[in-house]
Amino acid sequence: MTDALPNNTGYVAAAYLVFFALVLIYVVIMAAKLSRFERELSELEELADERIEEREREAVST
Amino acid sequence: MLYGTRLRALSILAAVTLTAGFGLAFFYAPMDADQGFMQKIFYVHVPLAIVALGGFVFGGIMAIQHLRTRDARYDLRSYVAIHLSLVLGAGVLVTGSIWAKASWGHWWVWDEPTLVSFLVVFLLYATYQPLRFSIEDPERQARYASVFAITAGAFVPLNFLAVRLAQAYTHPRVFATTDGGLPGKMQLPFYLCLIGMALLFATLWKYEMASKHTSAQLRSLRRKLGGDDAVAPQGRTAAPSLGTSS
Amino acid sequence: MRRAVGAVLRKELRLELRAPQAVPAMALFSVTTLVVFHFALQRGQVDGDLAAGVLWVTLLFAAMLGTSRLFVADHEEGGLDGFLLAPVDRTALLVAKALALFGFLAAVEVVAVPAFGLLLLGPTPDVGAIASLVVVLVLADGGIAVVGTLVSALAVQTRARDLLVPLLALPLLIPVVIAAAKATTPLFLAGGAEALPGRWLAVLGLYDLVFGLLAYAVFDYLLED
Repeated sequence: MTDALPNNTGYVAAAYLVFFALVLIYVVIMAAKLSRFERELSELEELADERIEEREREAVST
Repeated sequence: MLYGTRLRALSILAAVTLTAGFGLAFFYAPMDADQGFMQKIFYVHVPLAIVALGGFVFGGIMAIQHLRTRDARYDLRSYVAIHLSLVLGAGVLVTGSIWAKASWGHWWVWDEPTLVSFLVVFLLYATYQPLRFSIEDPERQARYASVFAITAGAFVPLNFLAVRLAQAYTHPRVFATTDGGLPGKMQLPFYLCLIGMALLFATLWKYEMASKHTSAQLRSLRRKLGGDDAVAPQGRTAAPSLGTSS
Repeated sequence: MRRAVGAVLRKELRLELRAPQAVPAMALFSVTTLVVFHFALQRGQVDGDLAAGVLWVTLLFAAMLGTSRLFVADHEEGGLDGFLLAPVDRTALLVAKALALFGFLAAVEVVAVPAFGLLLLGPTPDVGAIASLVVVLVLADGGIAVVGTLVSALAVQTRARDLLVPLLALPLLIPVVIAAAKATTPLFLAGGAEALPGRWLAVLGLYDLVFGLLAYAVFDYLLED
């Protein structure tokens, strides 16, 4: 167990990097989901606007 | 129920605790007499393992609640917990393998009872998703998944006992990876890392739950605004879906 | 409840006796596996821990073969629905099927263990060792039967049932393998059989108890419809 310090540092660094990679992967996935939510919400916003227009048109025509 | 409440505070707490824990691990905790610098892996590997196992057990508890109350939200909580623990579990095995390579020169050793038990548990929970996927009816899928989660949750302690007993026979010198054997100045960093890791799990779990909840609400909103044909059919999925009325 | 268990059990045994499928296949499979082991290990004889390992792997895989089919006939031919309609405690099905599986395993072992003794085992065990072996077999079979029945019931409703049963059951059965192998190793030692280590019997007993209770508590939820 008398490995030179540089060798062991590599392994320790690798282990912690694996951990951080896992967390960062989650961040990436969440970021992708968030952008998808934003897009869907804007689509729904448009859909709601259409509904409001329809109702106004009906209110005007009657 | 909203899952995103206090998420920011939770994530900040997790980040602070974990950073403090790692910092202390490197700058405060003494060098291990046996292993030297390499022992520092212990501060990420072991808390990760304990939290992953806790996540599996939490998934089992949520599964019990699901069977008792038939509330689909418990099934979602169980699913997310197990899913998250499986991902963290992969991290445990990789960091454990790195540790083994650094310690003994092999990428895997059977000497470490905790690591071996963990491999068995991991293999078991890896079947959770395929099991879910192979059942089409959502209600039955959730029910069977809960039965599995409870069985597997009960299995975890039994498995650790059996493996530990097996190793104790052949290799009496067991690494002090549990609280009992930790020397003084190593305890604070370890516990801090453990708490930080648990907080991280809670944060990621809430993250995932909020995301799934939002998805379901968007779907429901789309159906309300656009009528039934505005919504694309869901198709087969292993993930539980919250009812559209939630 | 006891009458229900008895009735289902008698049906299982009668079915198997009338058209033997599972037990002969499992028995044949175990003997073939022993032959495969001879070639794979490139040995004529095994003793000690290797012998225990060979025996338990053979028995375990033969068990996997039989477990997959445990509920298939009921599921496909409506026997399950028939059972659900009867005014009986549903856990009776669990008990009956587990007992049936236990019986099948015992029948297979009557063939497989002597075959193992003849084909591969180096040292000949004395009566005491054989008696100890029987004790371990009974305890281990109990665990395999309970877990096998539970997993089989879980998998029968899925699309990939023959794949899922071994995938789910093997990790769950690892404590049984550990304990059984450790317990039987002293019985096969080349220098003469030693006493059975009690702690592994305790582990097997604990396993059987925990999973027995668990299966009992949880089985109902699998049968609802």
